[in-house]
Amino acid sequence: MAHADEREIEEPPPDEDSELEAHLQTKRMMINLGPSHPAMHGTVRMKVELEGETIVHADLEIGFLHRGFQKSCENVTWNQCLPYTDRLNYVSAIMNNLGFLKAVEKLVGLEIPERAQYIRVAASELHRMHDHLTCVGAIGLELGGFSAFLYAIEGRELIMDRVSELTGARLTTTFGRVGGLNRDLPDGWVDRVYRTLDKIHELLGEVDGLLTNNRIFVDRMRGTGVITAQDALDFGFTGPCLRANGINYDVRKASPYWVYDRMNFDVPIGENGDNYDRYLMRMEELKQSEAIVRQSLKEAPPGPIIVDDWRIALPPKAEVYGTIEGVIAHFKLVMEGVPVPPGEVYDCTEAANGELGWYLVSDGSGRPYKVHVRAPGFAILSGVPRMIEGKMLADLIPTFDTINMIGGEVEQ
Amino acid sequence: MSLRALSLVQEKYPDAFVEQYTDRTGGAWGVLKAESLRPVLAHVKDDPQLDFKLFLSIDAVDRLQLPDNDPRFEVVYFLYSVTHHEHLRLKVRVGEATPEVPSVTSIFQGANWWERFVWDFYGIRFSGHPDLRRILMYEEFEGHPLRKDYPLRERQPLIPERPIRDIFRGPGTSGTA
Repeated sequence: MAHADEREIEEPPPDEDSELEAHLQTKRMMINLGPSHPAMHGTVRMKVELEGETIVHADLEIGFLHRGFQKSCENVTWNQCLPYTDRLNYVSAIMNNLGFLKAVEKLVGLEIPERAQYIRVAASELHRMHDHLTCVGAIGLELGGFSAFLYAIEGRELIMDRVSELTGARLTTTFGRVGGLNRDLPDGWVDRVYRTLDKIHELLGEVDGLLTNNRIFVDRMRGTGVITAQDALDFGFTGPCLRANGINYDVRKASPYWVYDRMNFDVPIGENGDNYDRYLMRMEELKQSEAIVRQSLKEAPPGPIIVDDWRIALPPKAEVYGTIEGVIAHFKLVMEGVPVPPGEVYDCTEAANGELGWYLVSDGSGRPYKVHVRAPGFAILSGVPRMIEGKMLADLIPTFDTINMIGGEVEQ
Repeated sequence: MSLRALSLVQEKYPDAFVEQYTDRTGGAWGVLKAESLRPVLAHVKDDPQLDFKLFLSIDAVDRLQLPDNDPRFEVVYFLYSVTHHEHLRLKVRVGEATPEVPSVTSIFQGANWWERFVWDFYGIRFSGHPDLRRILMYEEFEGHPLRKDYPLRERQPLIPERPIRDIFRGPGTSGTA
């Protein structure tokens, strides 16, 4: 009968509904996201402390892509810095190239030819579209909308083809030189750009139709990753992320550079500062950028593309091979670099993710003494813990998407 | 550019500035005393006439090889006013012996990472910073790589590097190692 006794002891307690549920023991859990994680953009390590599914505390660890950008720039000539700037925001490299050149030209006191200004505007806006398409596509991808990603990436590939025709490279463009541009538009390029834009317009319609009013997408995006306008300013958000908070600040409008004052475009302003608004900002900016590219290419006047000053720009090859002055100018420019007089400057342009600021110091030696880059992503990334703490772990993914953090510029 | 702002600050804090000047490109700079940095930044943020609420960035310059290099470091602050559409450029100079500047993290939350950046690369301490760790370099790293006396090709690998003789590691003087 001992057997029966044991069974009596093992008999479960009286049957009540609450007793059926196993006792849940909760304790805080540390989750390590990254440095290489499918849902992380770039190599960022995030240590999140979870209470159930709620993020209690998030700590970001960056620096895995640090390449010594500033130190490298301090040891090469001004034009040689350009390939380093490609690698800051590798999704919109032309904007980094041209932003840096604009700051150097301001320090030298150069006025660049009008045609170069128009082409710079067109190339920048083309790359802004490239950046936004990547961002929007990635948002779709990571929220489960793979078709939207494919449409966006198809458009992005077309832009990459145009960019490689223009600069010779898909990502590392190294476009422009101090004083203007290194090459003019290729034959038939403008026409191909128009046709590319037509195609992208179609593709954007598809992305828009798939995502913007999609119930699942809107539920994941609206009201998540919220930041107040006050905090956004405090952390130094700029670009679409700041404008999603209803703050109208766009460098292209606030202090127009090149020929942006002649372009007809609107700057979209959001109101909620959540993921959905940031997504809408990018979708609208894509359309505005398309209009700018069309207008600037249409209105670009013929003429020189770089200043006619042999101390700044390389002489034409016929002069280099044919005259002693040409050889000397070429040699001096290559060996000693652009003569930038001593001084300092802070200058900024509107890159795809916000204000791309440059603080340059020159000691007159032909090499930069100091190249400070104010990468928009750095400031925005530092605000991410504020946007996700107290929220669900699943909200982290769209938040990380919509801020469009690019490791190259954050980690220099 | 922001001369108006500087003169407004000057009225409120007559002793705050060491120097004010305009650079060659027309940008106005204010060089502040270290002790007046925090009150001035709090003032320019909250005063509606100034309203510099958008925090842009902080960086530093090691002036070791410049003709005018005493004190050695300059910490630069960039702010922007989204209502008046102006930039504000401020500086604090700090010597080599005790490179320490008051932290402005409690005024602008965005200063947190930038101050860590400056500490990491220039070795300038920010007193009152809640979490002054390196940000881009690793914890085991010794020295501050953007100081001008840090050699360009100095290497501090965490694991031994394989010897590769025929690789050109870029221009500049090699490290002591």
